[in-house]
Amino acid sequence: MARRSLPDLLKRLSPATAAPSPRSRSITYMPRPGDGTPRAVTLIPGDGMGPLVTGAVEQVMEAMHAPVYFERYEVRGDMKAFPSEVIESIRRNKVCLKGGLITPVGGGVSSLNVQLRKELDLYASLVNCRNMPGLPIRHEKVDIVVVRENTEGEYAGLEHEVVPGVVQSLKVITKHCSERIAEYAFEYAYLNNRKKVTAVHKANIMKLADGLFLESCREVAERYPAIAYNEIIVDNCCMQLVSRPEQFDVMVTPNLYGNLVANTAAGIAGGTGFMPGGNVGADHAVFEQGTSAGNVGKNENIITEKKANPMALLLSSAMMLRHLQFPSFADRLETAVGRVIADGKCRTKDIGGDSTTQEVVDAVIANID
Amino acid sequence: MAFKQILSRALRSRPDQILSSPSAFSAARAFSSAPITATLFPGDGIGPEIAESVKQIFREAEVPIEWEEHYVGTEIDPRTQSFLTWESLESVRRNRVGLKGPMATPIGKGHRSLNLTLRKELNLYANVRPCYSLPGYKTRYDDVNLVTIRENTEGEYSGLEHQVVRGVVESLKIITRQASLRVAEYAFHYAKAHGRERVSAIHKANIMQKTDGLFLKCCREVAEKYPEIKYEEVVIDNCCMMLVKNPALFDVLVMPNLYGDIISDLCAGLIGGLGLTPSCNIGEGGIALAEAVHGSAPDIAGKNLANPTALLLSGVSMLRHLELHDKADRIQKAVLETIAEGKYRTADLGGSSTTSDFTRAICDHL
Repeated sequence: MARRSLPDLLKRLSPATAAPSPRSRSITYMPRPGDGTPRAVTLIPGDGMGPLVTGAVEQVMEAMHAPVYFERYEVRGDMKAFPSEVIESIRRNKVCLKGGLITPVGGGVSSLNVQLRKELDLYASLVNCRNMPGLPIRHEKVDIVVVRENTEGEYAGLEHEVVPGVVQSLKVITKHCSERIAEYAFEYAYLNNRKKVTAVHKANIMKLADGLFLESCREVAERYPAIAYNEIIVDNCCMQLVSRPEQFDVMVTPNLYGNLVANTAAGIAGGTGFMPGGNVGADHAVFEQGTSAGNVGKNENIITEKKANPMALLLSSAMMLRHLQFPSFADRLETAVGRVIADGKCRTKDIGGDSTTQEVVDAVIANID
Repeated sequence: MAFKQILSRALRSRPDQILSSPSAFSAARAFSSAPITATLFPGDGIGPEIAESVKQIFREAEVPIEWEEHYVGTEIDPRTQSFLTWESLESVRRNRVGLKGPMATPIGKGHRSLNLTLRKELNLYANVRPCYSLPGYKTRYDDVNLVTIRENTEGEYSGLEHQVVRGVVESLKIITRQASLRVAEYAFHYAKAHGRERVSAIHKANIMQKTDGLFLKCCREVAEKYPEIKYEEVVIDNCCMMLVKNPALFDVLVMPNLYGDIISDLCAGLIGGLGLTPSCNIGEGGIALAEAVHGSAPDIAGKNLANPTALLLSGVSMLRHLELHDKADRIQKAVLETIAEGKYRTADLGGSSTTSDFTRAICDHL
């Protein structure tokens, strides 16, 4: 049961920039008796690089003796739908950790990732993009959280061929979904001491659709007067991200723009191999890599040579540990990952190194307090 | 106020307005010694100053172009339903080539926006932005050398939206075979004409399977006709990520409307912003309208502080379209050298030169 006693514990959802050593942590908390009982978490390794990185998480969890145990289910990206037993398991456990599922391009199969989000109504996708010491980067002072609407917008999947040679796709925006994602973004900002929420849109062209999204954001903004709110057009936003990323704090976006903005922000902060994230709804949470471009899927060389980057999923699993109310384990894991990155000795291919996944995992385990 | 500026300019006498007859331009442009007529829209705000700069440099470089200047009118022309007159549009249609400065869209109702008017009336279907790092102007990226080609007529910008019930809105994205083929053809033709090696189609066909799927299918068909050019397909989120990590991976990018908008602005950000980015719109029948995509900057208008680089490089794009490659190279080289030298730079590049000094420096470098 994901008992969320909010203010104290969710404060720690934002990763500590200078992780205190466990013995001298300044934040104390009092668990309820029985909180240490191992929790069941559904694990979906997926395909492509998925099994490599989820294997990494399993190893690290065992090394830490974390009170979680995994119920593993095999799912492939080209299946027509999620097997019902997997959905049952997630509904039961409330928390899931997912590797990656490759969606075939142009094939007749609708994306399983999108299906899962809609089925469990995981309406918010969260990606935390920030600089980590040791990563080769061009931009400093990046600390952006992208909150992306996850169920509607351009991903409604409603397409049809009007006449041969003319195809149309529907983008659906509803007040209900826009309001709840704006509410989530502002609530996140409030709980994590963030100062500003920026809404990303293209309402100068899509006046009704993005206009409705903005209207909902403005209404919610009025309820949080202590948090600054502004709006930015998506093309200007991307331009600003590559020139002055320090101006952004929390960003709330509809579905498609969120995908682009999150990947751009992840790219400038150090790469998609390092950004934690997940999808959350009212009742369930599925943790996976924050952004998946380039680090999920079928890169033959990386898979056969076993050189996938597990850091993003490790950091996401730390977020999961906090979500399950095991903050001390989460801190230890994040500290260990931070040390390995800062060390710079164990680097996977996506940032120019040559280490295998196993080597990175061993380094993280060695660095756990 | 934009209206006052337009009015004052329209009433001022235009001694250098040259009108040439349509028969002045011949078919074999590259070898013709007769001057080519091109339409020039100086635009508003800093537009006239930077247009003047362009004219001066083109004159010094002996570019065989005669300019036909047109201004945005003060009243709505009922034939075009906008402030652009029918004569202006006819001029572009006739000359087939034009250069446009920044235009401030007057606020109000009952008329179409200026850009929309130009796009619809001239059937401008592709927007081409060559993005290359300017040596000497340091940004975080110094190895950018790519071209973004964006489909400009359909896609998500069809403007077809409606409210289904209260609180539920639908917006249509339209992709047609005809428009996709057209822009893909232009992309490959451009790649071949400018010696580029690779064309990447940017899409999200794993989610939008039919629409972006159709776009990709058209690109593949055209790719088969150009076997010497490498063709690849990149999902847009992957593209964004790769662009900010390593922009040297890309060469020519061809994309539907929305993605093109975002990616071309992202690439402009990589090289230093819209004040330095050239842009060219291609229309049916070989029409090319090069334009500066930055704003009209009314706060520095008339003060000789504006940076003409974007309009100049757009003019260079226009010359390349006319296949006047040697002139284009000469002017481009002069601009890049002047910026690289660093002695004469306008305020937005961190210097303190005036527009006229900068122009003079470029002329000296020719």
